[in-house]
Formats: sequence, structure tokens, C-alpha cells
Amino acid sequence: MKQVIETQNLTLSYGESIIIDDLNLQIPKGEITVFIGGNGCGKSTLLRSIARLLKPKSGAVLLDGSAISKMSSKDVAKQMSILPQSPVAPEGLTVLQLVKQGRYPYQTWLKQWTEEDEEKVTMALKATAIEDLKDRPVDSLSGGQRQRAWIAMTLAQDTDIILLDEPTTYLDMTHQIEILDLLYELNETEKRTIVMVLHDLNLACRYADNIVAIKDREIYAQGKPEHIISCPLVKSVFGMDCQITKDPLFGTPLCIPFGKGRCILKEVGV
Amino acid sequence: MNQYKSFRKLEGKVSFLLDKKAIFILISFLVVTGVVFIVSTGLGDMKLSPLTVLNVLFGGGSEMEQLVVQSFRLPRIIVALMVGIALAVAGGILQGMIRNPLASPDILGITGGASVAVVSFLSFFSDANNSLTVSIKWLPLAAFVGAAVIALLVYILAWKNGVSPIRIVLIGIGVSALMQALTTLMMIMGPIYRASQANIWITGTVYGSSWNNVAILVPWTVVFVAIAFLMAKNINILELGDDIATGVGGRIQRQRFFLLLISTALVGGAVAFAGGIGFVGLMAPHMARRLVGSSFGALLPVSALIGGILVMLADLIGRTMFSPLEIPAGVFTAGIGAPYFIYLLFKNRNA
Repeated sequence: MKQVIETQNLTLSYGESIIIDDLNLQIPKGEITVFIGGNGCGKSTLLRSIARLLKPKSGAVLLDGSAISKMSSKDVAKQMSILPQSPVAPEGLTVLQLVKQGRYPYQTWLKQWTEEDEEKVTMALKATAIEDLKDRPVDSLSGGQRQRAWIAMTLAQDTDIILLDEPTTYLDMTHQIEILDLLYELNETEKRTIVMVLHDLNLACRYADNIVAIKDREIYAQGKPEHIISCPLVKSVFGMDCQITKDPLFGTPLCIPFGKGRCILKEVGV
Repeated sequence: MNQYKSFRKLEGKVSFLLDKKAIFILISFLVVTGVVFIVSTGLGDMKLSPLTVLNVLFGGGSEMEQLVVQSFRLPRIIVALMVGIALAVAGGILQGMIRNPLASPDILGITGGASVAVVSFLSFFSDANNSLTVSIKWLPLAAFVGAAVIALLVYILAWKNGVSPIRIVLIGIGVSALMQALTTLMMIMGPIYRASQANIWITGTVYGSSWNNVAILVPWTVVFVAIAFLMAKNINILELGDDIATGVGGRIQRQRFFLLLISTALVGGAVAFAGGIGFVGLMAPHMARRLVGSSFGALLPVSALIGGILVMLADLIGRTMFSPLEIPAGVFTAGIGAPYFIYLLFKNRNA
């Protein structure tokens, strides 16, 4: 396994409270890695610090072996793009104008729209199927279209690594699948490394090659979903009792939580 | 129709994506600016037709016409144009950088700082007979220093591992309120004659502008506006929020500092020569946004022209409509701008 991102003794904090403590993590190249964990476990914080949006208290994030803090921000931006949680576009900005901003790291004062810029932006619009919307204001789009526009912007950045913080939040199930399928295809066809935070454990199991479960400021487990997802893991990471079965369509682990609700089975199984 | 056109020259060394609609609007506003400039130069106690004005501008006309145009009207109209451009560009930068449509040089305390400096100047350098002990020529410098000191103060107070937009706005509002209180205090404590002089300044007027003012203000404004246009691509990403801006490789703290510096320089120059003309910095960028959208490459030049037109018109009304009374331009910037502004909002209410 070839790692592309590595954290070394990474400690993250907000003020005095430590969120991630002395973390050593390796993220494999060309795979889809998903961070899971309960609310407030620090998975988003970890993703943000990998994307250099948050300065570590101590330790380092390495990108292909070199410390990210020592690289110029534009050089990092040519290798790694980040889509933060629920970004907001300014009023009236069109889809094309938004997607074009992904080319920022390649622009200079005089070169702001090279043939390569045009090519990458067109490809990004095509990949996300929003070519027809390119002259529409972003704020007039539906949630799913809007999220695709933002993803197109990160694609236009033309990076080998794409980080996404809960890219499916606020989307209905159809659009969640649509976004995740799109990311899966990008990974399949172009071997891009994708790292994201997802809330839905079952979708995480379906799409991830590699799951990182975070608990108590450190990694609880890391590996293929079918190897690590188990009742004890869900119990410790999410504090929830459940039964793990196989997804009838994909064969990936499917987590069914215990709890209350209408039970219409003849014999009570639980 | 394709709204955009790729512009590439010099074997790809220069390339831009041009928005045809924005260019059309920009050219229209350039024409309007020229028309307002010439018509305004022709109006006043002595009326000149636009053709006569053009003739005079190119060295023709009678001696009297030369005198009126060259000595009295041109300097103040040029100052009005520059002040409008400066305030509008500064407002546009602040709104984009702070990501708040209510941001303007007024609420960030920059104009307030200049006001306090002017009132202090007028009261500290007055003797018992109400005459100034130092030349009034230094008043613009005092105003500029006041604006710069307050901008720096707001920046320092907002600093906490870098400055966040919301902290700049809140601290700006606080400092601005403090400046208003100080101005009022100084005006009440000082002699009444000074208070009315200060009041005219605070409202904003281009009355009494000279070629000396023009010689300083034009290069100053042109240079900083040009830098602002070059920074447009940085404002574009700052407007997407800190996370996205960092993600695409922007150095946001550095860019924010430079943009604040440019706005302060522009506002400082404007208030130094024309006082606290309000509302232009808030309104002009909004109007431009309604017309050409949110991309700063188009938004800044269009707001600049709208700002220039607004202040020229406000001054024209102020000096002609109630003649022989001179009403400060600052009274009318809102008076003529607001109806158009509200019309644009109304027209676009479903867009």
C-alpha cells in the first residue's frame, strides 16, 4: 500500500481542548477513504487539518512525504482540493464563474483563462453533468445541483487528491447516491484519491475501500469495511447496539440499529 | 447566445475570459460618465452647450468660458468623479472581502476616523478669534491620517490568529460609533462657527476644489484603483469563504491585509478632499452586482463608474438646483442613488 497522505504525531485543538491527540495516520493512494465516528469525535477537524484549513497544535501532515506546512499554498492546491461542509456562493454568481475559481492556483495576473483552464473547466462541468446549468446563478439551483457545482469546482482544480467534508449533507437519498456514484467513478476511471467524512455508515461501507473509525481523539480501527465493521466497533465508536448483516445488493456490511419502533415480524427476533 | 468569449493573445501569455454582457454594460456606463461629465461642466450660472464645453476643453472658446470651465468647474467635477470612483471601489472590495452586503467604508469607522481628525484639527488650531493658526491646506492630511489610524486600529483590534470578517465588521461598528460620539462631543464643545464648518465637511462637499487637489487625488485614485482591479481574482475567491479560498491556494490573511490597505488608501484620499460623502460605497457596488453579477473583474469597474456618476450628479444638483445656495454633494448622493437602487432591487425581486 502506497500512502499519499500521512500524519505524524498530529495533535489538534480548539483553544485548550484537545480534539485529536498524537495521531499517526496513513491514507492510501488511489483509494476512497472514509472517516466515520460519532458527532464531535473530530473527524471533520482531522479532515480540515489535512487540508491545511486548521493549523495543528503539534505534529505534521505530510503530502507525498513532504510537510504541508512548508509547501506554498498554491503548490498544495495543485495536488489536493477540499470541499468544506455546506459552502455558500455569493448572490448571483453563475455556475461557470464558480467552477472557474477552481483554476485559481494556476492563474497569474495576465494568464487567467488559458486553453488548459478552459479544457479542465469543461471537463468538470461534463463530469458533474451541469453543462446546461453553467450560466445559471448558483443560488437558484436545487440542493443536488448546487452540490454538483461545488464538486465541479474542486474537479476543475485538477488534483490527484480530493477531500470532502460530508458532501451529502442536506441531500435527499437520490442525490446522495448520485454524488457518491460520481465520486466513485472518478476514483475508478482516473484513480484519484478521495478522502471524505460521511455520516451514513452503510453508504460508507458501500463506497469506501478504506474506513477510518475515530474515537476518543484517536483511531479506533482502520481497514476495509468488511474486515473492521462489527457490532463491538459500532458499539464503541457510536455507542449503539446493532446487528451487522450483508447488503443484499452489494454484499458490503449493513448495519441495522437496535432500538424502538414498530416490529411487524411474526416471532419477535430481538 | 454564448455570453462569454475567450481572449488569448501573445502566444498564450495573456488570457482572460470576457463576459460580453458585462463589457457592453461597462462601455455604456463609460459613455454615460462622459456625458454627465460634459453636461455637468456646461451647467451652472453661466450655461454652456455640450459642444461649447468640448470646444473649451480642447483649448477653444472665449476667455470667459475658459476661465469658468478651467478654473471653477473642471477641478470640482474631476474631484467629484475621483471621489465617487474611490468610494465605490473601496466599498466593493470591502463587501467582497468581508462577505457582507452591508459592509461599507462608513460602518468600518474609516470615515468616522477622518471626521474626528477634521473636527479636532478645526478646534485645536483655532485661536480666540476663531481664525485658524495653521493653514487650511493641512486639513486633507489630517483627514487622511485620521482614516488611516482608525483603519489600522480596527485591524489590530480584530486580530486573533488572523482577522476574521465578522470581527472586522463588529469592531468596525463599535469604533465607528465611538468616532461619532467623539465628533459630536468636539463639535458641541468647540465654537459654533467651527461646528458648522465641520458639519459641512462631514456631510461631504467638493466645493472649492482646486487643480492642486486634482493633481494629488487623480494619480492617487488611479494607482489604487488599478491595483484593486488586478486583485479582482483574489477578491473572487475570498468571497467564497475562508475555507474555499485557502483550499484553492489563496493566502487569505495577506490578501485581506492588502485589500484593507487599498480600501483605506482610496477612502482616505476621498475623504481628505471631499469629506464624508456617504452611501456611495454601500450602494454603487450593489447596483453593479445587479447589473453584471458577482465576478469582481466586471463588478469593480462598473461600480467605479456608477460611483463617479453618482457623486458628479449629486454635486451638479447641489450647486445648480438651489443656486445661489450651495448644497453639499453628500446630501444628494443618497437622494438620487437610493431611488435607482430601490428600483433595481424591485426589478430583480424575482430573479
